[in-house]
Amino acid sequence: MTKIDDLKTPHFPSWCPGCGNLNIWSSFKNAAVQEGWDNGNSAIVAGIGCHGHIVNFMKMNSFEGLHGRALPVATGVKMVNHRLNVFVFTGDGDCFGEGGNHFIHACRRNHDLTVLIHDNTLYALTTGQTSPLSEHGFKTKSTPQGNPDEPFNPLALAIISGATFVARAYAGDMPKLTEIIVAANKHKGLSLIDILQPCVTFNKVCTHGYYRENTYYLEPDYDPTNKQKALDRAFEFGEKKIPLGIFYKSDKPSYEEQIPQIKDKPLVEMPLERASAVELFKKYT
Amino acid sequence: MKNTMSKSEIISVKIGAEAGQGVKSAGLMLAKLAIRSGYHIYNQIEYPSLIKGGHNVLQVNISKDEVTAPRRVNDILIALNQDTINKHFSEFSADSALIFESDSKIDTSKVPPNVALLGIPLSKIAKESGNSDLLINTVALGAVTAVLGGNLVILNELIAEEFGNKGEEIVKANALVAEQGFKHITENYKKFIKGFLVPSDSVSNFVPHMAVDGNESVALGAIASGLQFAAIYPMSPISNILAVLAENQEKFGYIYKQPEDELSAINMAIGASYAGVRAMTATSGGGFSLMSEGFGLAGMTETPLVIIEGMRPGPATGLPTWSDQGDLQMILNAHQGDFPRIVLAAGDAKEAFELTMQAFNLADKYQTPIVLIIDKNICENTQSYPLLDFSGYKIDRGKFSTQIIKEYQRYELTPDGISQRTIPGSGNFFIANSDEHDQVGYSNEDAETRTRMMEKRMTKLKVCKEQDMEKPKLYGPESADITILSWGSNKGTMLQALKGLDDVNYVHINWMSPFPTEALEEMLSGAKFILNIECNYTGQMARLIRENTKIKISESLLRYDGRQFYPEEIIDAVNNIRSKK
Repeated sequence: MTKIDDLKTPHFPSWCPGCGNLNIWSSFKNAAVQEGWDNGNSAIVAGIGCHGHIVNFMKMNSFEGLHGRALPVATGVKMVNHRLNVFVFTGDGDCFGEGGNHFIHACRRNHDLTVLIHDNTLYALTTGQTSPLSEHGFKTKSTPQGNPDEPFNPLALAIISGATFVARAYAGDMPKLTEIIVAANKHKGLSLIDILQPCVTFNKVCTHGYYRENTYYLEPDYDPTNKQKALDRAFEFGEKKIPLGIFYKSDKPSYEEQIPQIKDKPLVEMPLERASAVELFKKYT
Repeated sequence: MKNTMSKSEIISVKIGAEAGQGVKSAGLMLAKLAIRSGYHIYNQIEYPSLIKGGHNVLQVNISKDEVTAPRRVNDILIALNQDTINKHFSEFSADSALIFESDSKIDTSKVPPNVALLGIPLSKIAKESGNSDLLINTVALGAVTAVLGGNLVILNELIAEEFGNKGEEIVKANALVAEQGFKHITENYKKFIKGFLVPSDSVSNFVPHMAVDGNESVALGAIASGLQFAAIYPMSPISNILAVLAENQEKFGYIYKQPEDELSAINMAIGASYAGVRAMTATSGGGFSLMSEGFGLAGMTETPLVIIEGMRPGPATGLPTWSDQGDLQMILNAHQGDFPRIVLAAGDAKEAFELTMQAFNLADKYQTPIVLIIDKNICENTQSYPLLDFSGYKIDRGKFSTQIIKEYQRYELTPDGISQRTIPGSGNFFIANSDEHDQVGYSNEDAETRTRMMEKRMTKLKVCKEQDMEKPKLYGPESADITILSWGSNKGTMLQALKGLDDVNYVHINWMSPFPTEALEEMLSGAKFILNIECNYTGQMARLIRENTKIKISESLLRYDGRQFYPEEIIDAVNNIRSKK
């Protein structure tokens, strides 16, 4: 059993008071306590950005990689030890800017990872520039005339790229976020949660108030197995029209389930001794 | 041609054709025929970056003695097209033969008059006996086997092995056309038949020899070392490493994964290693440019990793299918900041095998990335060796444990800079952190911590120098008139050249970082004339020597045309130096 104190480190979060990252951090810890995630069964991989600091605030084994590269590191971890719960914390700039190529390929291969996007629609650690998820026209330090670029739709991109669990959550609704994190982890395959995360310092548009006002949960009878419907709802956005919840879910086998070498046990538990390779060498005679 | 071979003699057979006409498979079968008859071989392949068309050539060098380099001349040229004659008519040795297509309008007017013209209706035999034009390479193989006095039974064995997975009919067709090619020589050109490849009497006692190129030997070395995970993006000239690894993964219980790019390749391998397995990646210069980011990540997080870098001429796309040694300084300096970079360079396929195995142990011991540099000539040229042996190899994972460790600190400060390593899932807590960090792994920007951590990481390089770094190797006499200094695939050329030179020795360097400063200075303290030979424009090894030693290089012989040095060129260079002295 994981207790909330087991996850405590000597470092208290350095995020700004009111930052959505605090909610994501708390929700994840709640999920860990509920599900018993600990250093014996779980690992975290984080990218670079404000979100990445999370590794210092949670006593759970982690790898803080390079900007944009959390997903390839996490896929490496999962392939060699598929019994671990592998969580990827990444930002919208991290995942869709520098890491965009890795994202579509990780989705297409359906690795059994739980990917949490800290989506504040800008670069915060570098003090407020536009990100690939910033709205068109959005004014930032790098786009003083308003952002001329259209944003990616992260949910639609995940669905068409092959992710098999696609959800959106709002950081401020911690019980619901906790629930979605748990569901995402239970899903076998690539699970993506786009978490709307207010940046209280640099984003004066996507505030807690804005999200409270304009988000709603998908209807109880919504069918997440309908891909076309999921895409339609992924494109729904605007005043009072930001859906939250699980948009899409499919039961395709995960990458790790398809690899015969790891059918019985993870690679990391297998012997390294290779005396039998002599037979292979003889093929070259 | 004389009828028998002296011990040191080399018979060179060059096969030329368009890409797709099976030059490589014919060359390998001829090489194996020679090996099974008790001879040594060295195959050199040259081709442009094309799948069909273009000009492909492969030179098979056969000798009773070890043979380690290509030759500038050919004793037999097999021309499967006109282009081969046009491009290689000036390379015939004094006593040589041309095997060519007699039915088509092949122009042999440029061929010197002393060359025996052995025209064979290659296409006609291929079509009539084999029902396919594609088999002309096998007809020629049968013919050259006859000319060399080789054994048709051994050739048939090889055909069965080579084509066995393509079905009985293909095997039969190939065997039939090979026999026809063989017969055509015995019936029409009997007086040109030589006794070179007659299986030697001692063949039954012959140590089993294998024919491998560097790509294969790296893959075999990795498998023997207990490789568990490889992520490799295809790139010339290392692509065949991944082919061998992919093919054998299920049998040996490791994973080969083709990633979306080289950034992903190195990061996947780092993730796999962090999770506890032996991991590697491989690439060429362009891919390594992308990987330089992950190179330092492995250094900072102290994650063991083996990186194979097979050089080809740059910059940019350069000459994709040719060879070069221009990546040395990039590899030694890649990535921002200082971290312990352990860099080795192999000189041939056998060294590549041994250094790959050593690299896995070094990576685990020092918990840092190890780069093994090879080059296209090593990657794709095939040499014969006694069966590569790993029976004495001990897998050593260094300070590695999966047990619960009390008050565990991943980056604990130790006298040798190496800390106890565990893995996620072991119950131990740590952070593998790309930010500067404290002993647990928590991000830390404190000046004192930064200083201690930097010193801890760099101490590993000092310890490696004391405990594992090897001295350069000396070939030839202890003391000589001229000392040649080189590295990489030039080794084979130098060893071959030494056989034709007196009073010359060769110093071969395998360790690039840490660098064997004292050992090299000592070895060269009495050198009278140092000739540095490299395949790059700026003399990158000479720069490394200047940076690390007081050694004065007398002269450098550099080439950057993508081509391999011939032993004859080295002999010429030495004679040239002597004539000036």
